[in-house]
Amino acid sequence: MSESNEPEILFGIYCPPHPQPLLSPNANEGYARLRAAYDECRKRIEENEVDIILVYSTTWPSIIGHQIQALEKAVWTHVDDDFHYLGSMPYEFWMDTEFAHTMRDNCEKRGLEARTVEYEGFPIDTGAVVALQLLNPDNRIPACIISSNMYANRAETIVLGKAARDTLVEQGKKAVVVVVSSLSNRMFTEHIDPVEDRIHSQKDDDWNRKILEFFGDGRLEDLSQLSRDIHGQIRVQKVVAYKPAWWMAATMGQHNNYEGEVLAYEALHGSGGAVITLTPSSVSVGDKEFDEDDVEVYRGDRNVLDKGMLE
Amino acid sequence: MAKGQIVAGCLAPHPPHLVYADNPPQNEAYSEGGWETLRWGYQRLARKLKNIDYDAIVIFTPHWQTYIGTHFLGLPEFSSKSVDPVFPNLFRYNYDLKVDVELSEAMRDAASDQGIITKMMRNPDFRVDYGTITSCHLLNPEWDKPIVTISSNRNTHYYSPEVMVEQATALGHACAKAIEDSGKRVVLVASHSLSHRHFVEEAPLPEDMSREHIYNHSQYVWDMKIIEMMRDGKSREVIDIMPEFTEQTIAETEGGGLIWMLGAMGFPDFPAEIYGYQSVIGTGNVIACWDPNDETREYVL
Ligand SMILES: [Fe+2]
Repeated sequence: MSESNEPEILFGIYCPPHPQPLLSPNANEGYARLRAAYDECRKRIEENEVDIILVYSTTWPSIIGHQIQALEKAVWTHVDDDFHYLGSMPYEFWMDTEFAHTMRDNCEKRGLEARTVEYEGFPIDTGAVVALQLLNPDNRIPACIISSNMYANRAETIVLGKAARDTLVEQGKKAVVVVVSSLSNRMFTEHIDPVEDRIHSQKDDDWNRKILEFFGDGRLEDLSQLSRDIHGQIRVQKVVAYKPAWWMAATMGQHNNYEGEVLAYEALHGSGGAVITLTPSSVSVGDKEFDEDDVEVYRGDRNVLDKGMLE
Repeated sequence: MAKGQIVAGCLAPHPPHLVYADNPPQNEAYSEGGWETLRWGYQRLARKLKNIDYDAIVIFTPHWQTYIGTHFLGLPEFSSKSVDPVFPNLFRYNYDLKVDVELSEAMRDAASDQGIITKMMRNPDFRVDYGTITSCHLLNPEWDKPIVTISSNRNTHYYSPEVMVEQATALGHACAKAIEDSGKRVVLVASHSLSHRHFVEEAPLPEDMSREHIYNHSQYVWDMKIIEMMRDGKSREVIDIMPEFTEQTIAETEGGGLIWMLGAMGFPDFPAEIYGYQSVIGTGNVIACWDPNDETREYVL
């Protein structure tokens, strides 16, 4: 049990879900730079004493609450729905089952529906497979993967991050926090020659670069507060909200005191792929005043029709 | 060679709960039953298909989601275990299926000729999605016919429900042309629910039918409207209203399956056979069949 209420998070990594850096890193110079950035992150993980790699993957949607991968040894060969022609992704991942189970309990304590999944052959998603293969190829460090509920919005996602924080504190584990997500996520809808890959539009590129400035300055909480704008501007409306910055801030700490480093930013079939690290520090660019509530416990959807009705 | 033809078009929802409830030997999970209205409806439709002479099932699934064009299964056999990423507690199904690659390639070529972006899927490690497995298991538990799976290109999210109508209709026309030229008799399957808001909590015993109901009444009213139009032979009107239906009920029609199928069948004006309607974890599901043969078309329910 840790003495303090602060979890020991060595650093956070924000990285893209697409398989090119794993399967075809030499198909274009940008993919190679993304791969080199992953390799740099892997080295930094190896140089630290890390107890757990905690992954939140936007390419693992869930419906029944929040799912937590808990199969001690997950072995399969994954193939991506779109990029199957780039090859198969055999994997063998070791999960921290103790963390997974406590994480579930802590989700429930904070009002969230959550469950562990422990099934042979469970389809671990492309994003988590790519991240874990590149960041932890020898399974030196046990991992935990957390799903992204397709209906969850801000309150639920913030509380999910806090449950992860509770669990890290409770188990006194030193963590690297990994968020798998694109920046702009619009891809080209036709097959392209990889050497001609570029960000889908100038507007997406402009927004991505602005977000990277924030990351570079370590302004994680500011990004969390900007999530709804980011969603409206550069995210295809597949889910209700852009959630990764909410979860990352709630897990790592809701402030701007980070050293940010953008290791690579490149196009992945038109989407914005960046490998970024955030390291907790005492330097802050200052917090702005925020207008959305912080949430400690999830109390379900607020049904506006039930409120303020005339009797 | 005789002209090929579409001998039936089935709207076949794929909640894995229905396979779970059936306890087939292929599925690892065990249940005490549940969702009989849909399962018995499926059994009746499966018996009807047994009496139809056909060569292959072509199925359009929203759980093979592709952003870069429409993809087609392109290897003769797939054998693996399908584990549902959302309901792994219910569905861990060992499958071994055959694909009509010739027909798959013909449809791909026809679609490509029409300017639709396409891709053949030829990676032997690829796992066939659980929508395909569930609908095909329930329509043909013997698995004695080859299938072709067509992926769902994400037009609704990338552009709009209206664009999906245009694209899926064009794909339907191209597939129909390829089927006609193939000389084969084919059953089309659109694998999806209607209204599609799920409960985010599950009963301790998922098959506890005392807990099952539609997510809200608005979803139900919309579903009934669509089913009524199907019964009345107004398939063109079903497609015309579909963008609004999809948005209002976050319907699984967003994947394009029903549009593709009715487009391929030339928007039939004969009544659809209705085999059952029931909610599964809050979503609305109807089993329906469009039988172009006046002699065998029935008034089922
Ligand atoms: Fe589905």
